[in-house]
Amino acid sequence: MKRTGAQILCESLVKEGVEVIFGFPGGSVLPLYDTLPQYPQLRHILVRHEQGAAHAADGYARATGKVGVCLATSGPGACNLVTGIANAHLDSSPVIAITGQVARPFIGKDAFQEIDITGITVPITKHNYLVLKAEELATVVKEAFYIARTGRPGPVLIDIPRDVFVEEANFHYPEKVNISGFKTIVQGHPSQIKKAANLINESKKPVILAGRGVIISGAFPELKELAEKAQIPVITTLLGIGCFPEDHILSLGMIGMHGMAYANMAVCSADVLIAIGMRFDDRATGKVSGFAPHAQIIHIDIDPAEIGKNVRVDVPIVGDVKHVLRELNKQVVVQTHLDWIGQVEEWRRDHPAVVIRETDELLPQYVIRKIYEVTQGNAIIVTGVGQNQMWAAQHFWYNKPNTLISSGGLGTMGFELPAAIGAKVGKPDEAVWAVAGDGGFQMTIQELATAAQDNIAVKIAILNNGFLGMVRQWQELFYKKNYVATPLSNPDFVKVAEAYGIPGLRVTDKKLVIAAIQRAMEYNGPFLIDFVVEPEENIYPMVAPGCTLAEIIEAPWNKVKVHTGSQETSNL
Amino acid sequence: MNSKTKRTLVALVEDRPGVLNRVSSLFRRRNFNIESIAVGHSEQPGLSRMTIVVDGATTAVEQVRKQLDKVIEVVKVIDISEEPIVARELALIKVHATSSTRSEIIEIVDIFRANIIDVAPGSLIVEVTGDEDKIESLYNLLRRFGVKELSRTGKIAMVRGAAGEINVEPEKPETEERPRRIRKAKTA
Ligand SMILES: Cc1cc2nc3c(=O)[nH]c(=O)nc-3n(C[C@H](O)[C@H](O)[C@H](O)COP(=O)(O)OP(=O)(O)OC[C@H]3O[C@@H](n4cnc5c(N)ncnc54)[C@H](O)[C@@H]3O)c2cc1C
Ligand SMILES: Cc1ncc(C[n+]2csc(CCOP(=O)(O)OP(=O)(O)O)c2C)c(N)n1
Ligand SMILES: [Mg+2]
Repeated sequence: MKRTGAQILCESLVKEGVEVIFGFPGGSVLPLYDTLPQYPQLRHILVRHEQGAAHAADGYARATGKVGVCLATSGPGACNLVTGIANAHLDSSPVIAITGQVARPFIGKDAFQEIDITGITVPITKHNYLVLKAEELATVVKEAFYIARTGRPGPVLIDIPRDVFVEEANFHYPEKVNISGFKTIVQGHPSQIKKAANLINESKKPVILAGRGVIISGAFPELKELAEKAQIPVITTLLGIGCFPEDHILSLGMIGMHGMAYANMAVCSADVLIAIGMRFDDRATGKVSGFAPHAQIIHIDIDPAEIGKNVRVDVPIVGDVKHVLRELNKQVVVQTHLDWIGQVEEWRRDHPAVVIRETDELLPQYVIRKIYEVTQGNAIIVTGVGQNQMWAAQHFWYNKPNTLISSGGLGTMGFELPAAIGAKVGKPDEAVWAVAGDGGFQMTIQELATAAQDNIAVKIAILNNGFLGMVRQWQELFYKKNYVATPLSNPDFVKVAEAYGIPGLRVTDKKLVIAAIQRAMEYNGPFLIDFVVEPEENIYPMVAPGCTLAEIIEAPWNKVKVHTGSQETSNL
Repeated sequence: MNSKTKRTLVALVEDRPGVLNRVSSLFRRRNFNIESIAVGHSEQPGLSRMTIVVDGATTAVEQVRKQLDKVIEVVKVIDISEEPIVARELALIKVHATSSTRSEIIEIVDIFRANIIDVAPGSLIVEVTGDEDKIESLYNLLRRFGVKELSRTGKIAMVRGAAGEINVEPEKPETEERPRRIRKAKTA
C-alpha cells in the first residue's frame, strides 16, 4: 500500500521506538502535523521555542540513553534549533532533528523561509540528510538513528521538503543499514590492552580519569571493578560525574578548573593516568603542556580522532569502554596502593574542597546540599551554566549514572529548563530538578508554558544571585571588580511562574530552604523556587584559565571551620 | 610549504552532492592547512577519489586522516606519503608570445616535454604534466615572457607497483598497529 512521506516518516519513527517528539509547527511541516494524530504512539510536546525542543530531546536522550527527537519548520524554525543541535554535538548526545524544507521546486530560489539547514549544520552534526524522494525516507530514518546512537553518539539532522511529505511511495522499513563509510571499533586491540595492564600493574600512583564515555557505554560495574581490584582513585570530568559512585571511598570527585583540589593534586602526581571515555577538554586539563607531568597516559576512547588530539598518549586503546575494561580487568592484578591512597587522603583532609562556610546568609552551596539531603540523592539534576552548574556538581553526590545532566562542551545558558523537561518526560518516575541561574533561566523561560501545558513535573531551583555570576567572578578576579554588564535587574520569578500557571516560592531565609524543597517535592506538577542567595559568592577551588592543575586557588575560608552537614559522605 | 613536510592523503568518498562541502568545511573549521585537493571518479562506481596534499609542518596529518574518516560519506582515507608513489599534476599556462619570443618559448616547452595546445596571435597555451617541481620550474621560466593565466589541477597520486585498489572493506578492529592499507593485487 502506498503511503505519504509524512506517514512513512511516522511509521519509521514508530519502528525506531520513538515515544515522544518535541516540536513546533510551521508551514513546511504542516502535512506532517496533519498526519501525526494517526500515530497516537508518537506523543508530541509543544515547546515555545525550537531551541527548547532540541534541548528537551537532548535531556531526554541523556536521562534515558535513548535517541531524542525534535522537530521544527523550515527557515527560522530550523535556525532556532541550531544552538541545541550544537550542544548535543559537543556532548555526544544522540538527537534526531527533523526539519521541514521548502518544496523541491523552490529549493535554491531563496523562497519564503528557505534556509540551507543542511549546510548550516555540517559542522555541528554527526551527519545530515536532505531527503529528495519519499521513497528514500525510510532508509534515511533507519540510517539516521543508527548513526546517532552507534559508536560515539551525536545529533543527525533530516531535512524534508514540504512536497516530500505529501508524495506517495511504498513503505518498507529496512532491516539493516549498509553505510560503508561508517565503522565503529568496539573491541580494543589485545596487545594494547596488555600494555595498559602491564603499566597499571607496575604503577605506584595510578589514577583513573573517567568521562561521559563510561556513562554512554554503560560500564559502571566494569569501572568499579577496575578501581576496587587495583585500588585506584577515580576522578571524573564534569560530564563523567555519576559514572562512579561519588560516596565511594575511592571517588575523588571532579577534575579541572573547578575540580576538587585533591583530585587535581592527584593528577599532578600520578605516575599512570587511565583516561576512560573522556576527551581532555581544556576545562578539565588546565594548561595542556603541564598536564599530568609525571604520568604515562592510557587513553580508552571509541573515537580514534580523540586519541592524541589534545594530550600526548602513551597507550592508546580505541574501543568501547565496557568491552575494553572487561578485557583489561582480567589482566589487572589485585593491589592495595596503601602509600598512594594514604597520600591522597592526606590531601583530601588538608584541602577540603566542598566545605560550606558557616554563616546566616543564604548560600547557593547550601541550597544544593539541602536538595541533596531532602531528595536523599534520588534525583536527576539538570543544571544551567555558570556558578549554579559548578555548585550543583560540587555539592550534590551523584551515585548513579545519568543523574547529572549538564551542558559541558558548549556551555549553553538556558539548557536547564528545557533539558529538565526532556529528562522528566523520559523518566517520569524520577524527581527532576532544574538548577538554574537567574541569568540563564531567562534565556528559555518560555518553556514554563511547555511544562504547564503538559503538566511536566519539573522542580526548578533558581540560584538567584542578581548577577551573571560566573562572569562576575572573572571580573572580580581578573578585571579588578569592574562589573560591566553582569548585574541583573530581574523580574519577580515567582510572579512569572504564577502567570504561567506554575506555583512558586521565594526563599531568602536559610531556615526555610528545607521546607520549600519539601513543598516542591510534594506538589504534583511543576514548581519553582526562587532562592535569593548571597550575590558575590565565588566558586572554589579554581584553576585560572591558562594555568596548570597544580595552580589551585582555594576558598579563602578553607580550614576555618568544617561544616559536616547531616549526611555522611566520604568525600567531604 | 617545504616539500619535505608535504603529506599526501587519498580518500575514497561517496559520489553524492555535498560531500566536497563536508570535507572543505572540516578543513576550514579545524584550521587544517591544505595545499591542494583534486577530485574525480575512481575505478569503483559511485566512489570518487580525492587526493589531498597537507602541510605536515603546520597541520597534524594524523588528525586530518582521522577527522576525514569520521565524515560518513568518506569511505576510506589513507596516508600514502611513506609509500612509493607516482604523483602528477596538470597545468595550463597561457603565456604572452610575440614573433620574437615565440621560438624561445617553444624551445623551453620542448625541453620540458610539455605541449602547446593553442596558438593565438599574441599568446600560447602550454600544457604541462609532471610533479610539482617540474611545473614550478617551467612556470618560473615562462614568467619573464608574461604569464596571462595559470590553471593547475592539484596533485593526483597512486602507489607504484602491483598493489591493487584501495580496500574499502571494513577494517578489522585493530587500528593501533597501522592497518595494512593497500590490498595486494591477486597473483594469477
Ligand atoms: C562553566 C563551565 C565550567 C566547566 N568546568 C569544568 C571542570 O572544572 N572540569 C571538567 O571536567 N569539566 C568542566 N566543564 C565541562 C567541559 O567543558 C567538558 O564538557 C567536559 O570536561 C567533557 O567531559 P568528557 O570528556 O567526559 O565528556 P564528552 O565531552 O562527552 O566526551 C566523551 C568522550 O567519550 C568518548 N566516548 C563516547 N562513547 C564512548 C564509548 N562507548 N566508549 C568509549 N569512549 C566513548 C567520546 O568519543 C568522547 O571522547 C565545564 C563546563 C562549563 C560550561
Ligand atoms: C548562551 C550563553 N551566553 C553567554 C554565556 C557566557 N556565560 C557563561 S556563565 C555566564 C553567567 C551565567 O549567569 P547565571 O545564569 O545567572 O548563572 P550564575 O553564574 O550566576 O550561577 C555567562 C554569561 C554562555 N555560557 N551561554
Ligand atoms: Mg546568576
